[in-house]
Amino acid sequence: MSSTPYDADGLRRGDKAPETPYSPGMKKIGGVAGWLDDRTGAAKPIGYLMKKVFPDHWSFMLGEVAMYSMIICLLSGTFLTFWFVPSAGQVVYDGSYVPLKGITMSEAYRSTLDISFDIRGGLLIRQIHHWAALLFIVALSVHMLRVFFTGAFRKPRELNWVIGCILSMLALVEGFAGYSLPDDLLSGTGLRAAEGFMRSVPVLGSYISYFVFNGPFPGESIIPRLYSVHVLLLPAILVGLFTVHIGLVFVHKHTQYPGPGRTNNNVVGFPVMPVYAAKAGGFFFIVFGVVALISGLVTINPIWAYGPYDPSPVTAGSQPDWYMGFADGALRLLPGWLEFEAFGFTFSFNVMIGAILLIPVMYTLMALYPFLEAWVTGDKREHHLLDRPRNRPTRTALGVAALTMYGVLMFAAGNDLMAIKLHLSINDITHILRAAFFIAPVIAFWVTKRICLSLQRKDRDLVLHGRETGRIIRTADGKFFEQHEPLDPYARWNLVDYDTDQPLQLEAPADENGVASPTARKDRVRAALSRFYFDDSVPAVTPAELAAAHHDGHGHEAIEGAPADEDRPALESSRREAPPRP
Amino acid sequence: MNALAARRRHPAAIALLILLGLVVTGVGYSVLAPKTASATTASASQVEEGKKLFLANCATCHGLQAQGTKAGPSLAGVGAAAVDFQMGTGRMPMAAPAVQAPRVNEVRFTQEQIDAVAAYIASLAPGPAIPSPEYTSGENANVALGAELFRVNCAMCHNFAGSGGALTRGKYAPNLRDIEGKHIYEAMVTGPQSMPVFNDDNISPEGKNDIIAYLHAVDKQENRGGMALGNLGPVSEGLFIWVFGLGIMIAFAVWLGRKAA
Repeated sequence: MSSTPYDADGLRRGDKAPETPYSPGMKKIGGVAGWLDDRTGAAKPIGYLMKKVFPDHWSFMLGEVAMYSMIICLLSGTFLTFWFVPSAGQVVYDGSYVPLKGITMSEAYRSTLDISFDIRGGLLIRQIHHWAALLFIVALSVHMLRVFFTGAFRKPRELNWVIGCILSMLALVEGFAGYSLPDDLLSGTGLRAAEGFMRSVPVLGSYISYFVFNGPFPGESIIPRLYSVHVLLLPAILVGLFTVHIGLVFVHKHTQYPGPGRTNNNVVGFPVMPVYAAKAGGFFFIVFGVVALISGLVTINPIWAYGPYDPSPVTAGSQPDWYMGFADGALRLLPGWLEFEAFGFTFSFNVMIGAILLIPVMYTLMALYPFLEAWVTGDKREHHLLDRPRNRPTRTALGVAALTMYGVLMFAAGNDLMAIKLHLSINDITHILRAAFFIAPVIAFWVTKRICLSLQRKDRDLVLHGRETGRIIRTADGKFFEQHEPLDPYARWNLVDYDTDQPLQLEAPADENGVASPTARKDRVRAALSRFYFDDSVPAVTPAELAAAHHDGHGHEAIEGAPADEDRPALESSRREAPPRP
Repeated sequence: MNALAARRRHPAAIALLILLGLVVTGVGYSVLAPKTASATTASASQVEEGKKLFLANCATCHGLQAQGTKAGPSLAGVGAAAVDFQMGTGRMPMAAPAVQAPRVNEVRFTQEQIDAVAAYIASLAPGPAIPSPEYTSGENANVALGAELFRVNCAMCHNFAGSGGALTRGKYAPNLRDIEGKHIYEAMVTGPQSMPVFNDDNISPEGKNDIIAYLHAVDKQENRGGMALGNLGPVSEGLFIWVFGLGIMIAFAVWLGRKAA
């Protein structure tokens, strides 16, 4: 492609250097800045940060939504700490909510009721805190999906992906700790479940439970302990890791989607100052505004309706917040026969697999994925250009399969609500979801991969033969054909600017003495995985192919001259040989 | 006093004391005992009318003598309360066999007809009677206590706000919104379908009245925090934030992403 006049540098040939405005106001600011710089030496790093260029795309703002929701949580949470009493001490309620008057409850629950009913703006802030927490995890999950499906986790960003995984997992724990604090019926039920999870650890279970709860459930210690974890320990770790996370974004520079003028060695966009500072600042207020609006209109966690926690009652529809739903769903799907007795102990694998193992295993697999893919591709290059998901069919399909698996578990957490709202049997739903956990990902993988490959072929077709215009032309000798219009080079660039990996050829047979290569087994696995990834990849159109297509077709296109099935072998043959990259 | 004391060893004294004890207990019971008896006593003609209605509408499944068949249980001893609940909420007669009789808003019988069938069924064998309005109005009751009783006894199936919940194999605990106090009471004493019986030893009539008061309070309550999302707990909240929260954010992000360039 670099031989065409539309290469990266060519586009910028006419650009003018930006002019800096000069005004007396700027001079004054400059004076203050100079004073500060003399004492802190901050000008250089701040100048470096302010000049950073960021590319524009809506999907890059999902991480921002997560960041802003986290800030909203920190602000609203600080307000809540002014009134929340993290104590399990028993008191009799005498506040303004009549349906609970005279009921004995913990101080934690009473203070949450006071925040909701007797402190000005308290309920709004509580709802902002909770909705922002849900949005935080929604946004970070979707941000993570964006990073995965566009390949933004590749070198040099693998570490940042791992940090992101840890952030995501800690966010779940932080959310669960917050959910458990108000000591209402739902949070107490959640804690009771958590205690059961700890007890499902073979041999050590009851010790862990006594250690965490400082004695038998529920005890008086768990609320103050969770409070310290929720307001001090986890926020500190989250903010610290997040700072590293975003610091690494500055160090690595932001990735960008392929497009005219965008290469692996540049970033096309606007500098932080003034464009992104204004945009990001404005976006913060939009996010805050939307969260405040939702919190003003929609109830979340009506703790007054749940009532105070007491170990005897439990309510139908006891579910965790959505981000823990997949673990709850796993519990609901795991069959009971996984619990058995041996050596005088009861082993509750029906609980332990879903409650204790699932989350760490899932996050470990996620964190390891970039390294697995790098090993399979053998790719040691840096990548700053994102993949379009269709151009990595196997990765996209794997991602969708994993997402489907997750989705099945998450839906399983609502099996009772599905049963009652859809008038179905909860037993049938559970059986179907058990099967779906194994079958649906396979189908999802296959369907996604086929869709990706089809989209790639469609792109190839479009590049080689142009857009169908709908204009039918009759030639002098009576033939009809539809005129195709070649793509303009800007549109074409987006469709052809990607690498195509070929399956690795690593079959290393025995050497001349008949000794098998020590890495033979590893190589075989790697080659097999590589075939799994890239066997049927559709290569990008090369300039030579494009030129050939244009010569054939003379402006319109070559297909209608030949029967349609002759086009297929041409594609197949072009797939077998590695097209030279420009 | 002396005269009484002098006669305390009279042979008739013991009999007199026993008689006195019985009278006090009897009068005390009739004053203090929960009034669960029907306000109207069934007349013979009402029973006759009820039997006709029964034969026309119920006997197919419950048998000509209400003795029960494969399709429906025996009704001996279910009491007038069960009839009033099942027919008064439209559950019976059932339109079609199903795992559970659903509540139907359009009740096809007048209260007089239902009372007649109830009188007929009550005449077969003793059972819970239609409760007196004193305990079903939800008035003069303690809402907070009712809420606590509800959480302990009812919420595990009917959900914390009475929104209903799923049971096994397609059965369910129904939604308790806008139900007459009488029917709530009758359900508790008769235990329809999968529901257990809460007799007066489990929950006193006053306690039942408190529960009714709580459920009526939930019906009337304005939603303090805004839209209640069906009072279904975190599942509907999660759905809401994924659909609306994320949707609005992406809409703004797309708008802002277009804006700068």
